[in-house]
Amino acid sequence: MSSLRFLTDAQLPFCKGCGHALVAQNTGKALQKLNINPLDVVLVTDIGCHGIVDKSFLTHTVHGLHGRSSALAAGIAAGLNNPGKKVIVFTGDGGATIGMQHLIGGAHLGFDMTVVVHNNMLYGMTGGQPSEFTPCGFKTPTLPEGSTKAGYDICELMVAAGASYVERVIGIGDFSDSFAKAFSASGFSLVEVMEICPSYGVKSNPGMKLSKLVEDAGWNVRVFADGKGPSFKTPVNLEPKSLLSEKLEVQPKYASSIQKPVSIMISGSAGEGVQSAAEFLAKAAMVSGLNSTKKGSYPVTVGVGFSASEVIVSPNPILYTGSPIPDVLIITSSDGLGYARAAASRMKAGVLYIDDSLDVPETGARVEKVPFRERVGAKNSAMYAVFYVVFHEKLYPVDALKDVFLSNKIAEKINIETLLQF
Amino acid sequence: MHESKKNLAFIDGSRLITEALVRAGADTFVGYPITPANLLYLYATKRFPTMLAAPDEITTLQWMSGFAVAGHVPVTATSFPGYALMVESIGMAAMMELPMVIILVQRLGPATGTATCGAQGDLNVVFGTMSGGYSIPTFSISNYHDCWELSAKAVHTAIQLRTPVVLLTSKEMVMTLQSFDWSTLPEIKPKQVKLYNGSSPYLPYKADESLIPDFLPVSQNQHQVRITASTHDTKGILQNVLPEAIDNTKRLELKVRKHLDEYTVFDLDEQEGSDRLIITYDISSQASREAVASLRAKGEKVSLLVAKTLLPIPRVYVEIASRYKRVVIVEENLTGQLRQLLFGVAGRNGVSGVNGIAKMISPTEIIEEVLRHE
Repeated sequence: MSSLRFLTDAQLPFCKGCGHALVAQNTGKALQKLNINPLDVVLVTDIGCHGIVDKSFLTHTVHGLHGRSSALAAGIAAGLNNPGKKVIVFTGDGGATIGMQHLIGGAHLGFDMTVVVHNNMLYGMTGGQPSEFTPCGFKTPTLPEGSTKAGYDICELMVAAGASYVERVIGIGDFSDSFAKAFSASGFSLVEVMEICPSYGVKSNPGMKLSKLVEDAGWNVRVFADGKGPSFKTPVNLEPKSLLSEKLEVQPKYASSIQKPVSIMISGSAGEGVQSAAEFLAKAAMVSGLNSTKKGSYPVTVGVGFSASEVIVSPNPILYTGSPIPDVLIITSSDGLGYARAAASRMKAGVLYIDDSLDVPETGARVEKVPFRERVGAKNSAMYAVFYVVFHEKLYPVDALKDVFLSNKIAEKINIETLLQF
Repeated sequence: MHESKKNLAFIDGSRLITEALVRAGADTFVGYPITPANLLYLYATKRFPTMLAAPDEITTLQWMSGFAVAGHVPVTATSFPGYALMVESIGMAAMMELPMVIILVQRLGPATGTATCGAQGDLNVVFGTMSGGYSIPTFSISNYHDCWELSAKAVHTAIQLRTPVVLLTSKEMVMTLQSFDWSTLPEIKPKQVKLYNGSSPYLPYKADESLIPDFLPVSQNQHQVRITASTHDTKGILQNVLPEAIDNTKRLELKVRKHLDEYTVFDLDEQEGSDRLIITYDISSQASREAVASLRAKGEKVSLLVAKTLLPIPRVYVEIASRYKRVVIVEENLTGQLRQLLFGVAGRNGVSGVNGIAKMISPTEIIEEVLRHE
C-alpha cells in the first residue's frame, strides 16, 4: 500500500453522518492499495451532494452535468484508450436514474471505467424527492406516504448489460477492498454503495436501519460479476485514406452542343433506380464537357414511395442547384407522377416524357408517351428513360452515357442493348 | 470544356467537409446518423482516425467532451432534433472550454418536420444555445469552396479559442452532387492545441491577455487538471458567485468576441453606384449570386454580402448595410432570422426579406424583390 495522497487535508464537504465521506475515503485508500499515481486517475463527478467532492481530490477531476457523468467518463476512457489510467465516476442514485442509458450503454460496450453509485435512495440536493432507486415503503420529504414501487436493482441490471465487475456494499466502515477490485477490473465496473441520507432519509424514516432496509428491499449485498469482462478498445486508424482520390476523377472525352443550361427532373419509384439513373445522366454530361448537378428528393422511408432527382447540365458554371420549373420532366411510375404533378403543372414549355401506362397530368409541356416500363421492366425503367431522353433531346452523345454505364457494376445486370431502343 | 481541369469529379459537399475537417486537425468523429447528416457520418467512418457510433445525441456530446478532455479534437454532424438534445452539453463544453465542431445540417422543422427537405431554420436556435446569451462561434457554408475552407476554419477556431464551434449548413449542400474541380482548393494545415508547458502548478482557467487559457489533457500526469461546467475559479474549482469566478464566466464571452476579427469571413461584392444590397448566407447564397449576375446583365446595379461568420454577428455587416438605402435579406425560413438579428423586431426602412420554406429560394424570387420598389 502506497503513501501517495489522494485527498487533501481539508474536511470533506458533507453533512455529519453522510456516507459520501466514507466513499471518498475508501476510494483514496483503494487507490493507495493499487499503488497508482494520483495523476493517472480521472475522477468524474455527477451533479448531487457527492459532486462537490472534486476540490478534496488530488487526482484529475472533471465535473459535468446531472446524469451524464458516465457518458462523459466513457468519452474520457475512450479518448485515453489506456487501461493503465483509472477513470472513476461518482454519481448518486438520482444521477444514475437520469443517465441510466449511459450506465447500460457503458456496461454494454465495456469502457474502462468504474462507476460508484452513492445510493441513498433519494435526490438529496434538491429536497429529497424519490429516485427510481427508492425502495418500496421508503419515505422521503416529498413522498411522506412512502414509495409504492420497488427500486431498481442496479447490480442485476449491470450484469445483464455486460459489466465486468459489479458489487453492492453497505456504506459503513472499510469497503476499500471492494473498490480496489472494481478499479483493477478490465472493462466496465460498478459498485453500488448503500447509504442513508442523514438530512432527509433518516428524518423521514426514523429508526430505520440501513442493513435491514437493504435486506427488506431484496437487494443482495455481494459480488455480482467477477471482473473478467471485455474492455473497449477505441478504433484508431493512423493512416486513413483521403476522400479525394484519383478514382473519383472524370475525364471529359466527348463534346455537347447545348448552349444553355437544361434542367431535367426524373420522378419515379423507390427501388427503380431513379437516383442511379440521374447520377449517370449527370456524370455523362461531365464526360461530355458540361457542368452538372444532381439533387435527390425522397421520403425518409428508403424502400417505398416516390424517388425523384433534379439534374442540371450546363455549358456554364452552375450556381443555384434548384430547378423549380424543369425543361425536361421524366415520369416513370405512378409514385413519380404523384410527386411530379406540381412540377408538370408549372411547365409552360419543354417536354414531358411519361410512361404510357400513366395518365397525363396537366402541363404546358409537349408530351411524349413512351412504354418505359413495358420495354425494360419497372426496375430498369428510369435508366432506360435517361438513355431515351439523352438521345431525343440531344443533350450530349449517347456514347458518353454508355461509357459511364459500362464502367459501373450495374452493366453486369442490365443488357445495354435493351437501353438503346430509341 | 474541362480540358484544363486536373481533379474534376462529381461529388457532394459532405466529402469536402469531412476531408477538410481531418486535414485541419480534427481526429475524432462521434455521432448518430440523423437525416440529412448521414453522408457526413458515412464519410467519417472512412476518413477519421477514430470514429465512434453513439446511441443518441446527448451521449454524442458527452463522449466528444470526454475525448476533448483527453486531448482530442472531436467533431459531430447532426440536424435540429439532435442539436436540441445536445444543447445542455454544448453549454457544458463551452464552460469547460473544450474544442469541438458541431455540424448542424438544417432540415425542415419544426420538430421532426420533413427530414429529407432542406432549410435555414436554425440560426436562432444556435444563437440561443447558451444560457446567458453567450456566443458560440458559428460559420455557414455558401458553396463548395466554403465546404473546404470554412470546415478548416471551424476546426482552427475551436482549437484556438478552446470552444465548441458550430458549422451551419443545409441538406442541399451536403447531399447534392456537383461537378467540381478540387485542384482549385487551397492547402489546409493542421492546427495543434496550445499546451501549457510551465513548471508551476497548472491553473486550467488562467488566461493571459489573449483570454484563452493554455490546455493540458488528463492523459498527462505532471500537472493536476480540474475541469468543470459549474461556475469556477481559475483552478477549476466550483465557486458560487465569487468575483474571480464571475470574471472567469464573463471571460468566456470576451474571449470569443476579442478574436472575432480573426474568424470573420464574408464575401462582399459591391457595385459602384448601387444603393441596393442583398445579404444572404448558407444555401441561399448561390441563388443570390445568380440573381446578382442576372440583375447586372440587365443593367441593374446591386451589391452582395454573403455572410459566412454568423455568430457572434460581426459588426462590419451592420456597417456595410448602413451604406445602402435598400437591403434585401435572403434566407430559407419563414420569419427572417438573420434579418431580425441584424435589424431587430423594429426593422429599418428599406429592409425587406425574401423568405420561404420547403423549397430552395430561387434567383427569380430574389430578382423580383430587388426590383419590387423600382
